[in-house]
Amino acid sequence: MIPGAFEYHRPATVADAVKLLADLGDEARPLAGGHSLVPMMKLRLATPAHLVDLHGVAGLKGIRRDGNVIVIGAMTTQHELLASEDISAALPILHETALLIADPQVRYRGTIGGNVANGDPGNDMPALMMTLGASYRLEGPSGARDVAADEFYQGAYFTALEPGELLTAITVPIPPPGHGYAYEKLKRKVGDYATAAAAVVLTTAGGKVATCAIGLTNLHETPLVAADAAKAVIGTTLDAASLKKAAAAAAAIMSPAADARGPVEYRKHVGGIMVTRALQRAAARAK
Amino acid sequence: MAKTHVTMKVNGAEVEGLVEPRTLLVHFIRENLQMTGTHIGCETTHCGACTVDIDGMSVKSCTMFAVQANGSEITTVEGMANADGTLSPLQEGFRMMHGLQCGFCTPGMILRAHRLLKENPSPTEAEIRMGISGNICRCTGYQNIVKAIQYAAAKINGVEFKEAAE
Repeated sequence: MIPGAFEYHRPATVADAVKLLADLGDEARPLAGGHSLVPMMKLRLATPAHLVDLHGVAGLKGIRRDGNVIVIGAMTTQHELLASEDISAALPILHETALLIADPQVRYRGTIGGNVANGDPGNDMPALMMTLGASYRLEGPSGARDVAADEFYQGAYFTALEPGELLTAITVPIPPPGHGYAYEKLKRKVGDYATAAAAVVLTTAGGKVATCAIGLTNLHETPLVAADAAKAVIGTTLDAASLKKAAAAAAAIMSPAADARGPVEYRKHVGGIMVTRALQRAAARAK
Repeated sequence: MAKTHVTMKVNGAEVEGLVEPRTLLVHFIRENLQMTGTHIGCETTHCGACTVDIDGMSVKSCTMFAVQANGSEITTVEGMANADGTLSPLQEGFRMMHGLQCGFCTPGMILRAHRLLKENPSPTEAEIRMGISGNICRCTGYQNIVKAIQYAAAKINGVEFKEAAE
């Protein structure tokens, strides 16, 4: 399978990339790791006339700690996230999640920017970024702005990105020391998108859940924050009744597609189980 | 469509060519360079048969454009033998442990295992299995591929290879 013909651009700066995207309009797509876009182009489901390859753009890579946040350049690969000691130490859930994405080869190329910006409901990072309270830096022809991850996703493949805008960095607040975390992902095989997945970040005090955030992947046309489910466990010891309440509250906001991964009822059912398991595993890790 | 001039180092030799932007790296390697050891399997980034080593990364060469490899250093299965032409530890491992049946996945398996052992010279069985999880084999059931990689790791580390009891 060979993609349709396109013109290849390799800008060296964010400003040049933004100018190209703005000038070329709808006919152009930014090319990050390419492991979503290139397969779609080979299937002729995507036929951009111009690709703006971001691999030559300086300053889009790297992970740095800046006070209470971690700033990750959009072109940082999943492999680089996994190798980062800053990530393992400050954001262990990001390490855990990156390890569940695709396979080793794809992780050498696939980028966190591409994963969060594509708007694919199957991608794992968006729900995690919402759970962590991350924000995205968007740079466009009229300047830069920051958009919270939980305001970014509008529908499947529809995001807050305006024409000509490029997602250049992700800022993630570092959760408090001793927090518990877990990303639970049910998938049919390595490399598959989630049948259902849940991210949990929580803190405990005196044996009870003090704070909690829950995110859901591939259970709706956008990633979800399960606020009511989180509320259901705050102040509890995660007893069976509270866990059941949380799973039910999460299931209430799920509306997954029926596809090869299963019918709607099944996916909501296992979605609840992912929430339960993630809560239990996160609590066991909290100090 | 205008063609672009690309140069890269493949298995230690400088090569060049004219490619359309849409030319996939695997097609450049197989058709322009006439090196057909790198296989095309699923064409959808799942099977890993087209895996090559690019600048220290295992990459599925069906999911990267040749223009993107401009200036890079690539190793394919044709570059895996020792300088004197004898089999490298990985190649020897696949031979000794019967790590292949039809052989279609083998070039990708070997290139992926090559990078895995560079990053983790003494992997556990579980690490090997996760390390090759982007490569599909439809013959062996993976048992002997895992053993082949264990054989190579032992040989590279200069220790005796002991086959685990089954």
